[in-house]
Amino acid sequence: MPKRQDLHRILLIGSGPIVIGQACEFDYSGTQACKALKQEGYEVVLVNSNPATIMTDPDLADRTYVEPITVEVVERIIERERPDALLPTMGGQTALNVTVGLHQQGILEKYNVQLIGASYEAIQKAEDRDLFKKAMDRIGLCTPTSLMIKNKEDAINFLDVVGFPAIVRPSFTMGGTGGNIAYNREEFEQYVDWALLMSPVGEVLIERSLIGWKEYELEVMRDLKDNVVIVCPIENFDAMGIHTGDSITVAPAMTLTDKEYQILRDAAIKIIREIGVDTGGSNIQFAVNPENGDMIVIEMNPRVSRSSALASKATGFPIAKIAAKLAVGYTLDEISNDITHVTKASFEPTIDYVVVKIPRFAFEKFLGSDPTLTTQMKSVGEAMALGKNFKEAFQKALRSLETDRCGLVSLSGLDHFLEGDQVADEVLQQVKQGVRASQPDRPWHIGDGLRLGFSKDELYATTHIDPWFLDQLEEIVDCEQKILRKGRVAGKDHPISPGDLFSDSEGQELLQEAKRFGFSDERIGQLLGCTGNVVRDWRKAHASHHTVTYARVDTCAAEFEAQTPYLYSTYGMQCEARPTSNQKVAILGGGPNRIGQGIEFDYCCVHAALALRDIGVETIMVNCNPETVSTDYDTSDRLYFEPLTEEDVLNIMDKEKPMGVVVQFGGQTPLKLALPLERAGVPILGTTPDSIDRAEDRERFSDLIKKLRLQQPRNGIARSGDEAYAIAKHIGYPVIVRPSYVLGGRAMQIVYDEGSLRKYIQTNIMTSSQYPLLVDQYLRDAIEVDVDAISDGSHVVVAGIMEHVEEAGIHSGDSACSLPPFSLSEDIIEQVRIQTIALAMELQVIGLMNIQYAVQHGEVYILEVNPRASRTVPFVSKTIGVPLAKLAMKTMLGHSLASLGFTETKKFQHISVKESVFPFTKFGNVDVLLGPEMRSTGEVMGIDQDFGWAFAKAQSAAGLTLPRQGTVIISVKESDKAGTVDVALRLQRAGFHIQATRGTATHLQEHGVFVEMVNKVKEGRPHLVDHIKNRQAHIVVNTVGTTSSQDDSLSIRREAVQQGIPYFTTIQGIRAAVTAIEAMAKHPLSVKSLQEYHPT
Amino acid sequence: MSKAILALADGTIFEGRALGFTGESSGEVVFNTAMTGYQEILTDPSYKGQFVVMTCSHIGNYGVARQDHESRHTWAEGFIVNEASRRPSNWRSHQSLHEYLQQQGVVGIEGIDTRYLTRHLRDHGAQPGVMSHVDLDAASLVKKAQAVPSTTGRDMVSAVTCSASYAWEEGSGEWTPPNGSSSTNGKASTSKPYHVVVYDFGVKLNILRRLVDCQCKVTVVPASTTAKTVREINPDGLVLSNGPGDPQGASYAVPHIQDLLGWKPTLGICLGHQLLGLSLGLPTYKLKFGHHGANHPVMDLRSRKVEITSQNHNYAVTMPETAQHSEQGKPIFETEWGPFTPTHVSLNDDCLEGLVGCEKPVLSVQYHPEASPGPHDSSYLFNQFIGMMEQHRG
Repeated sequence: MPKRQDLHRILLIGSGPIVIGQACEFDYSGTQACKALKQEGYEVVLVNSNPATIMTDPDLADRTYVEPITVEVVERIIERERPDALLPTMGGQTALNVTVGLHQQGILEKYNVQLIGASYEAIQKAEDRDLFKKAMDRIGLCTPTSLMIKNKEDAINFLDVVGFPAIVRPSFTMGGTGGNIAYNREEFEQYVDWALLMSPVGEVLIERSLIGWKEYELEVMRDLKDNVVIVCPIENFDAMGIHTGDSITVAPAMTLTDKEYQILRDAAIKIIREIGVDTGGSNIQFAVNPENGDMIVIEMNPRVSRSSALASKATGFPIAKIAAKLAVGYTLDEISNDITHVTKASFEPTIDYVVVKIPRFAFEKFLGSDPTLTTQMKSVGEAMALGKNFKEAFQKALRSLETDRCGLVSLSGLDHFLEGDQVADEVLQQVKQGVRASQPDRPWHIGDGLRLGFSKDELYATTHIDPWFLDQLEEIVDCEQKILRKGRVAGKDHPISPGDLFSDSEGQELLQEAKRFGFSDERIGQLLGCTGNVVRDWRKAHASHHTVTYARVDTCAAEFEAQTPYLYSTYGMQCEARPTSNQKVAILGGGPNRIGQGIEFDYCCVHAALALRDIGVETIMVNCNPETVSTDYDTSDRLYFEPLTEEDVLNIMDKEKPMGVVVQFGGQTPLKLALPLERAGVPILGTTPDSIDRAEDRERFSDLIKKLRLQQPRNGIARSGDEAYAIAKHIGYPVIVRPSYVLGGRAMQIVYDEGSLRKYIQTNIMTSSQYPLLVDQYLRDAIEVDVDAISDGSHVVVAGIMEHVEEAGIHSGDSACSLPPFSLSEDIIEQVRIQTIALAMELQVIGLMNIQYAVQHGEVYILEVNPRASRTVPFVSKTIGVPLAKLAMKTMLGHSLASLGFTETKKFQHISVKESVFPFTKFGNVDVLLGPEMRSTGEVMGIDQDFGWAFAKAQSAAGLTLPRQGTVIISVKESDKAGTVDVALRLQRAGFHIQATRGTATHLQEHGVFVEMVNKVKEGRPHLVDHIKNRQAHIVVNTVGTTSSQDDSLSIRREAVQQGIPYFTTIQGIRAAVTAIEAMAKHPLSVKSLQEYHPT
Repeated sequence: MSKAILALADGTIFEGRALGFTGESSGEVVFNTAMTGYQEILTDPSYKGQFVVMTCSHIGNYGVARQDHESRHTWAEGFIVNEASRRPSNWRSHQSLHEYLQQQGVVGIEGIDTRYLTRHLRDHGAQPGVMSHVDLDAASLVKKAQAVPSTTGRDMVSAVTCSASYAWEEGSGEWTPPNGSSSTNGKASTSKPYHVVVYDFGVKLNILRRLVDCQCKVTVVPASTTAKTVREINPDGLVLSNGPGDPQGASYAVPHIQDLLGWKPTLGICLGHQLLGLSLGLPTYKLKFGHHGANHPVMDLRSRKVEITSQNHNYAVTMPETAQHSEQGKPIFETEWGPFTPTHVSLNDDCLEGLVGCEKPVLSVQYHPEASPGPHDSSYLFNQFIGMMEQHRG
């Protein structure tokens, strides 16, 4: 069917900030959808509050609204733009939920907006667990025994039916939020309470557990003619019981016979038809009983998903792009296959390699959180790897995680353990415990178990991981054992040189096998007792059989020629890379998302690729994160889906020989590779590795600051505990301490006295000459300022000066900030500008640079200089209407800023506020107080004519809608009391009722505020937590000083988070919120697109 | 692990590890892109005379299950895989792939770059090869490969067909696809079953199972069965089965098919479709590397809908020119048996994939509606065949 002519303008809803369960994959799908619709000639109106997305680039859609994704805001946009249709399936659960809201409130009908892709009824049928169950019954498919309950009593009664373990799943939440597995009554009751709270509709499904069943996912596409194809069957390495987002997953499915697979396929087709997803992709999850093949349908997502992004990258079949075309009326057979050019999208990809996806976790950031993996997703990112066999893909995936593990290493000191060696009992117990616990490290513990000779039956019984996968891991361990044994037999002591081991024919075969099984040079080096480089050099010198080759991802297992250079490495007979002789540049991406390094860096990498395309330079992208736009084979000319390690990147450089490589856009990951790459003779574009080192190395940095006669907080480097105490004493408490070379403030803490410092050193950090501890003066009550600047080497432009809302000491990635500054004086701004230029010139920055300053008592201090793209680049770019990363890329190739037309700081009338988004609801018992360690997963942008509204929008986009009236509970630390008066008075004027705990209340009353006193938790009931629980509070303000008071008030903050009540843990934060509340009372909500803010 | 070598007639050499039966074997090398179903493929008589290269990277993962055979034993002359799983994992598995190949006498090789081999076959066409665990001299193997007779015009059918007719009574049981039984035309189950004669050119058991699922009484007859004998059996319908090799090698069946054409409802599958084509006067030709896989899109020209099909053929029926050039929607061509029309084409290469008689109850497809391995999208064809018999019986 031809595309629909009755539609002209289509509204596309994004997924908002990056949170656990919703990450870059929706930028990938939204971007693809937007491009596809534009290409078909439709006008696209887009809304997404996340500025770090490519989809919100003003070039992409016709109208781009960086506004909160709420029913109220989207209605306003619909009212303004009058779209003909809404495509709700590209923005994850967020877009679906808003769409449901728009429908239920009659807004779609009122403005005559048609839903395309999935109807309201289909969304309901798929999302409402009860309706879904009924639908499955109708088509004769089994779902787990379950009951939808709305209260605890019904839940408890149903326990008789399901027994333990029982699964508790709230309705309409994403990433399984609020879901749990209960093993006893007490847990069950607690989980039901929690789930009832988490479900926006107060409904919870109690379900029989299928723990231990095999888990599969099928990605299904359907068009208006009812053609249905399965894009890819995915098998979970981890059995049922662990959320698929937290599971290692594998494509294609590995352990299903054809007969079994066809049953799943038939079921998937029936399901998409019954649910009535007219066009586009859906993801359907199945459980299969390993004992008898019984199949049960777990759930369906009537939209593109994290798994569909994975399936797209795994197969080369771009699900979101095709789904968008199907939504406007095309059929699958009318869309051509991008990769082969000669075939159609109406087919099922077949793959001749193995794809492994592995999640990345961040439990270390959330003290007190439980790292056990259950039905609620807890991972913050993922890496994917391709290999010619599972072992290769698996080991590549392990090293793609960048957790300093170069493969299936031992976690129990067994790297040189050879079968028959003695093992200490505590090591044995540690490994057993590791295998038992379903925690992120389990695959490595299984490796250790296999080293120690645990039987696969035993391992299967404990882990439920299919014996086929266990056997694959054993093959890895066997290969490693062969290497170790050959080393022992040769009687060589460590280190063994590769030549000793691999020269004879047996050794050659061994090395070949090791490479085929995905062993990195570093891992082989570990086994031999030498460095990876030694192994690599030897291999290169004896290259005949051990040379890497690249194969293409082609959707068709080589049946047709692939026109798209989407490549992965393997050790085969023929290399299909076929590098061109064009002028080309390699861009190194950021790898898996983690806290501190996420979508912002992918945004920059994509911009770099776009800029190179502009000027006719071929782009080579290297990355291993399947969620991203950068790993879309459409983004760059050539895509290498590879781990970002020295070996893997150097292999690509050897093959491609680019004129240069860009390391400043992908965050810390490529930056770490700058020196090794330079040493290997690969030209680094832009700022030199030496300059990067000058900024990163504390001592060299101090010299730099001194040379420029600038100021930094007093500081020192401690190589022992005693040295640390001496330095801290010299600097004066409080001090900020952290290990050197960290990203996202890992293990960074403010300590107020020597006792706390001792505790920190003892519990957290191994301080040694190898891992020195950095000690800095903590500037109390200072304002933090973030600056992004760009330089071409002779000219520096300060692109944006951002003032943080929270005080210095709170990680810049976690604090809200405003562009332009809302309180800094002209004089300070000028000083910041001058210092930025001086630093950029001194470091000879070419490209982007970010500097963090603190302003205290009118003095400007330099906290940190990062000669690379920062997290705030997309935020600044969208605020000022200048694509900074693109310009930076061009400066690295010698373009001057003058030639690019960017010579001075932009002036503009609006205000943008960035706010951070935290995963606290996913981790019970974790304190939400902000500190120097970054814990946010994502960010949003609020943009408006005044600071108040911009802040209000940012809050709302972050999920906390500020109330216009109600009750405020205030409980602040002594030093904040004075500052609270003004806030309380303003709130009172705005019509709020004020409640405060005794000390705060007394102080406020003395200053003329009408306050109702409430009990602290320890003062008897009802206390303030009761009020919060009963939702009698609408804003909670709680600031604390010492550690002991933090513990006392933890329940206040946790309860506010759990109830979704706006809470503020700094005076600056509540002050900004009050400004916002005042603005909301003054003017109504208005929305405006980026294209209107920056008319071209 | 002992060595094995695969040599192609064009001199290309692949060195790998021995798999399965220790020995030497020759055949035409073709690749199959299905990700599941290696056991069904090994036991499909259509692979007689061929080495099968599986493009999927791991083969043998789920072992071998008794219920999944497509005939009494394996037929492929050799089996080529990237990596054979040493330990199978599936509740139905009773044997590993390696053991099965050993037991069945199939020479195999693993650990070669199957992608390279596949690309080579794609670019240079399917060709003879020799695989050996015993002769590891590449030059000698190439020579042997060059001496392997061509499949063109060769009769492979007589090697795989049954020696005497027999009745088949087993259905798909728990593996019956949805809507796979004739419950869609409820009458059949209550009335007298349709008696179907299946010409065994190398029939896959799943064709027989699927007919039983549709309440048919099935009699399988050897490929050489005369039209006269069939007329004596007097069935309600006729199935021309799949089978190996060049249809022109089995042209002895053509006069009998011509004799029976239009007499009773007829369903042709794969080689059966090609023989039907020859009977109608449509020439067949050899494809460069054939269609072997479970993901082939085929368009039904009548509904313009696409089905994903299981395919395994090296030869194809020439699209009649008159049909090609006739007006859209009515690509009819005349035959001695009245007008016929192409019903299905491959979306990949426009190859003719299906035919029906406009006036005679004849239906044939180049692909495998019985699947096994592969998707069940085309199982409706069995229902159409039943419908034809129902109508014909009146």
